[in-house]
Amino acid sequence: MINNTVKAAGLVAALAIALILVVALSPGLSERIGQGVALVASSPFEGGFALTDQTGKPVNDRDYRGRFMLVFFGYTFCPDVCPTTLTVLAGALDRLDPATAAKIVPIFVTLDPERDTPAVMRQYVSAFSPAIVGLTGSSDDIAKVKKNYRVYSVKVEGSAPDLYTIDHSALLYLIGPDGRFRATLDPGHSAEGLALALTRSVQ
Amino acid sequence: MKRFAVAVGALALGLAALPALAADIEISGSFLRPPVVDGGNGAAFFTITNHGPADRLIAAAAPAARAVELHTHLRDGDVMRMRKVDSIAVPEQGRVELKPGGDHVMLFGLDPAAVVPGARLPLTLTFEQAGAIQIEVPVATLPGPISKPGAHGDQ
Ligand SMILES: [Cu+2]
Repeated sequence: MINNTVKAAGLVAALAIALILVVALSPGLSERIGQGVALVASSPFEGGFALTDQTGKPVNDRDYRGRFMLVFFGYTFCPDVCPTTLTVLAGALDRLDPATAAKIVPIFVTLDPERDTPAVMRQYVSAFSPAIVGLTGSSDDIAKVKKNYRVYSVKVEGSAPDLYTIDHSALLYLIGPDGRFRATLDPGHSAEGLALALTRSVQ
Repeated sequence: MKRFAVAVGALALGLAALPALAADIEISGSFLRPPVVDGGNGAAFFTITNHGPADRLIAAAAPAARAVELHTHLRDGDVMRMRKVDSIAVPEQGRVELKPGGDHVMLFGLDPAAVVPGARLPLTLTFEQAGAIQIEVPVATLPGPISKPGAHGDQ
């Protein structure tokens, strides 16, 4: 009995530490959650964008009001982190019940507008899921979105001018049907885990 | 050296499942995550088993890539940073796994014809002690529909 109590206390402590770690490891997360709470009665989350989708059509965040936006930032030349995340995301979308899936617009925004034209984005997102929207734009457009979402990215030079790679934030951003920021999600490595987190988040 | 010759012979016969051996180094479980877009970057992953003294993987080369580098990933808060490394150490009688999210052989600007599903990418790995070892890395299939322009009528 005492043993169980000790175990339970240990579990609670471990969960608390894990939560603190998640917040500590996500620059801006605690700030954003605080802002999200404060913003209920004030101004909306500045998660806006005006970009071009993979079919070449201009789109902005207001086009997706009424549904949750699940936004991920990356680049199509990314060999590992982005494909892993989009694979997990596509797997999670497949596992959602259709009513839940219908509430979510998954969006991949490029951090590499130089190489990622709408045609490249189309080839890219369609490899993972027909549901994923791929957005690109001018360097200025992308810089604005980065600022609004407080996404970090920096170009890293390679052995030739066009062989650069990009260091970048690897979180998913969940925006509510009202256009306000809801949460950041760590995609992790499990489609089941992400599907569960999404189902809970969009209730 | 003899084992190396045997391994090369086996590969030539297309006995893909056999691990590649060079002196004391054995490479197994290799796969290539191909670029999603034409001419993009891919990453090769495999397990290195060392049956001898400490060694280091110091270079990799592939004719189908514009450039090949040894890479690792560093997690910095919520930011993933991919970095070139000079070598990947393989301990004496030890094992090192190159896997997604960690160490990998980075293949820049892959020739699309070389990385179609089912293809095998020739890759030469050079070890400080064991020397060069030639492997053929199976190209993994991406999840979901693989869309190549013109492959099917879309949108
Ligand atoms: Cu890399």
